[in-house]
Amino acid sequence: MKLKQKIVPYLLISPYILHFSLFVAFPVVFSIVLTFHKWNIIAPMEYTGFSNYVRLFKDAVFLKSLGNTLIFLVIHIPLQIIVALVLAQILNQNIKFRGFFRAAFFLPVIVSGVVVTILWEQLYGFDTGLLNRMLVSVGMNKVGWLTDPNVAMSSIALMATWKNVGLYIILFLVGLQTVPTQYYEAADMEGANRWQKFFKITLPMINPTIFMVVILSTIGGFSLFIEPYVMTGGGPLNSTISAVLYIYKQGFFYYHMGYSATLGLFFALIILLVVVIQKRFVERDV
Amino acid sequence: MKIFKKISFYFFLTLGALVFIYPFYWMVTASLAPENEIANLTLLPTGLSFDAYSQMFTKIPIGRAFINSLIVASSITIGVLVFGSMIGYALSRLEFKGRNFVFYIIIFTMTLPFQITLIPQYIIMVKFGWVDTYLALIVPYFINTLGIIMFRQYFKSIPQSLIDAARLDGCGDIKIIFKILWPNTIPALVTIGIITFMASWNEVLWPLIVIRNEELMTMPQLVTLFAVGGRADSQLGVKLASAVILALPIIVAYIFFQKYFIQSMASSGMKD
Repeated sequence: MKLKQKIVPYLLISPYILHFSLFVAFPVVFSIVLTFHKWNIIAPMEYTGFSNYVRLFKDAVFLKSLGNTLIFLVIHIPLQIIVALVLAQILNQNIKFRGFFRAAFFLPVIVSGVVVTILWEQLYGFDTGLLNRMLVSVGMNKVGWLTDPNVAMSSIALMATWKNVGLYIILFLVGLQTVPTQYYEAADMEGANRWQKFFKITLPMINPTIFMVVILSTIGGFSLFIEPYVMTGGGPLNSTISAVLYIYKQGFFYYHMGYSATLGLFFALIILLVVVIQKRFVERDV
Repeated sequence: MKIFKKISFYFFLTLGALVFIYPFYWMVTASLAPENEIANLTLLPTGLSFDAYSQMFTKIPIGRAFINSLIVASSITIGVLVFGSMIGYALSRLEFKGRNFVFYIIIFTMTLPFQITLIPQYIIMVKFGWVDTYLALIVPYFINTLGIIMFRQYFKSIPQSLIDAARLDGCGDIKIIFKILWPNTIPALVTIGIITFMASWNEVLWPLIVIRNEELMTMPQLVTLFAVGGRADSQLGVKLASAVILALPIIVAYIFFQKYFIQSMASSGMKD
């Protein structure tokens, strides 16, 4: 009986231990080994020293993909926060049909990215797309949403904002509801206007939510894959190739397993670094 | 002034709602419109045509993919609920050596970007001979760290007296988990179940890597390859029809369980 009591916990967590060893610990170690090898899975592994790392720093397409990810994040994150915050602020008033509006904004969040991408490909169409038709009808020039290398990544960032913003509206709504109403009442007594109340009370109080949104959308942005894969294939002129798409192509189009693992490891370290820096900011500010 | 403010609020909200709903509405009507009318962006097509759908069924095994997706997403969800509650129970209710260590490892793996394990995990699948089997789609997802942490949190809030009483009645740990704890943590089961099912239903990168056989593809994968591979070229209606079929099950579930969806997603965001 005593012995059984001791064994039971380990039996219960054994699936986790098994899964961790097989799908986390071993892959991490193995991916480090892989970075020093050339391997196409079929032929034997070939030791190549640091050549994968040397290649990575000279690989214009990979560096381009990192730049693209940066462009994506720089557009996506502020846009996401502003749109979500404005809509959450309005929803937080005494609004009828709040449930309906909330549900509408949330709809794209639950749908597969593939669906969203197929839809927006049509909205972005050069001749028949809704957006260009609207531009033409007000007398403006058509935009090459997905065909102009200077615009394509921004178009994808705009679409990603449309897809995810509903989730952040909900998170901001939760955050806004934690602000004590006494604060606003006190500010009203002092004669503060709406903007003062927003910048002096609301914004500092929901700071933790803002940082959470920044971290979540950073991680999301770093995993960008299906949108450029379906919409542009990474083009035009590699202007929308994301790091994950490039890793995928190196691994599963060209079977450069060693090099692909090197890219993955390097990219993962960048992600960890960025997230750690962001978390530092949160901990200092909260 | 007050009235003006109110009106501008509703104007903004309605405009916003249109921006989020109209594309879906267009997708459905366009997929039902005759091919030559799709590009017109009218509110209602002049005729109803199921051509796009019947063509889709003959071109790609979408029915088969639907069943595959159902099998994969349900198996993963059941696995995550069963294993997650076993592990969450051990971590919150049992004393054992190394408990904190295991918990820290779980927290640590949550922060590990998937990009680092992608290639080695594929190689493991090759070595196991799991490529082009359901196993590759299901087994790696059985353990969900967020699920474990949420179960641990919920199980902590159950009064010890409930568990003690069950033990006096001669219940073992497995019985305690599934007969005593589960009925008392329905919200946790629903929350974790919805997040898991939705994430597995929509997952596309991993299936693209481990499945090459069209008969075993999940819906998002099949639709992706159909949209990318050029088989849907010049036939926008068929492409849109496949997107509708892919989105429909989740949207129907969302209409019925809307509150749970929003709560689940919000709480999963909060925990990160």
